[in-house]
Amino acid sequence: MTDPLLIVSNLSIDFGRHRRPALTDVSFELADNERLGIIGESGSGKTVTALAIMGLLPETATASGSIRLRGNEMVNTGDRELAPLRGNLMSMVFQEPMTALDPTMRVGRQVAEVLTLHQHSAKEAARSAVVAMLARVGLPDPERIADAYPHQLSGGQRQRVVLAMALVNSPDLVICDEPTTALDVTVQAHVLATLDAVLDEANAACLFISHDLAVVSQVCDKVLVMLDGRVVEAGTVAALFNDAQHPYTRGLIAASRIDQLEPGSRLPQVEDYWKGNDA
Amino acid sequence: MTEPLYTVRDLTRIYRRGPASVTALDAVSLEVARGDRLGIVGESGSGKSTLIRLMAGLDRPTSGTVRFAGREIQRLPERDLAFLRSEVQMVFQDPRGSLDPRMRVGEIITEPLRSALIDEGRYRRDPAARERRLREVLNAVDLPADSAGRYPHEFSGGQRQRIAIARALAPEPSVLIADEPVSALDVSVRAQVLNLLNDLVRDIGLTLVFVTHDLSVVRHLCTRVAVLRNGKLLEEGPTPQVFSQPASDYTAQLLAAVPKVRLG
Repeated sequence: MTDPLLIVSNLSIDFGRHRRPALTDVSFELADNERLGIIGESGSGKTVTALAIMGLLPETATASGSIRLRGNEMVNTGDRELAPLRGNLMSMVFQEPMTALDPTMRVGRQVAEVLTLHQHSAKEAARSAVVAMLARVGLPDPERIADAYPHQLSGGQRQRVVLAMALVNSPDLVICDEPTTALDVTVQAHVLATLDAVLDEANAACLFISHDLAVVSQVCDKVLVMLDGRVVEAGTVAALFNDAQHPYTRGLIAASRIDQLEPGSRLPQVEDYWKGNDA
Repeated sequence: MTEPLYTVRDLTRIYRRGPASVTALDAVSLEVARGDRLGIVGESGSGKSTLIRLMAGLDRPTSGTVRFAGREIQRLPERDLAFLRSEVQMVFQDPRGSLDPRMRVGEIITEPLRSALIDEGRYRRDPAARERRLREVLNAVDLPADSAGRYPHEFSGGQRQRIAIARALAPEPSVLIADEPVSALDVSVRAQVLNLLNDLVRDIGLTLVFVTHDLSVVRHLCTRVAVLRNGKLLEEGPTPQVFSQPASDYTAQLLAAVPKVRLG
């Protein structure tokens, strides 16, 4: 049997001695073409996990344990070795597309930059690949969009451009960190459907981070639940829904079911189920 | 029959920049009765924020009228708006942006009570009354009394939104206008803040105007809902009716787009 694409084992991350560890003993695996959601509240360690896999942790972080991506060890590896892997083997979609894009550069060039840096494509070939990619992420009139600046696009269009940048080199792993949190509901629904389709087409695996279980379930079948830097539970969305083991997971699920409740009634809160480790 | 608290008629706001102009709000008419909980939904650019800014007297319409408690407010100079400033308070989306980082929480919450622009003179002249009111509103939003001496950055996102709500409640308003107050919050924190708003509106008898793009929140919290698109009011009615029989295709699309948990 071949090894999984991504193996995270006993990953622990600290930001200085005086602060609570950001991650403690996190372990999970992701196979090729598989999709895994990570849910948890702000500060639970979701984003730190993603940054560690991308090798984008700030210098103040101390990491131990191991992250192997297609056999490459990512923990405590220098930028020189990591840079070629980013974009090629893995890529990332951030929450806020306006900050992920360079406001002074036409978006077509930004997508092309990923291609030319990693594949040394010729300019004309890159342009047609970029336009094709912009069309694949569902942007109408991709020729025109390629020549636009980020501020000339809507939030949903910008996030599609970021998605195009993440996919244009056909990476094996795409990490999405709250990719639709800043978008309107209708736009979110379209972007999630597009993500679902392009991940399928590209045969890419996906790590999808969100605090919203309903959103995660649109893209992923399996979910990891994080709390205070630890993985407290993992399983399929259906298993977590029907039979969550950890009270924190039950709380998260209850809080996300606002649409199932009698209007005006008290919403379940996570604290009804889980008082925290200190309590 | 008594007059509605708010009567908005043919409200239009056109933003001009050079030769270009954008109609942010296009002949919108609606009413809000005392005690209503009105949800205003629509996407970015639909005119939601423009509408509530006009209702709060923070902007002036290009044409049309806003009547609040029997008085037209759209042409009143600031010095005549004190009654509106104390009666209508706002809570914004991002409590990081709406709370001054250099002020202590106690100063932030009592600032409206010290303002000459607001109709609560008794607080302005009475520091002891302000202190009492500060303790009352901190208690109402479930924040410990010692929060008053701390700074906003010492609080989590959900707590900061409680601080913003406490500040809004301080001048004893009758209307609370909330602009996407839970959109920046985690699902779990969202539940806390919505429960708090629900309790406050019921206990104090507040009239609530709640702007959001999240229809599940409207269904839960609001008795009526208005749907805006491209500056126009597409429909307005009791929440259960709009949800079960949306009059416009667009409302139906919005309803269909709400993410639901997909099992397998």
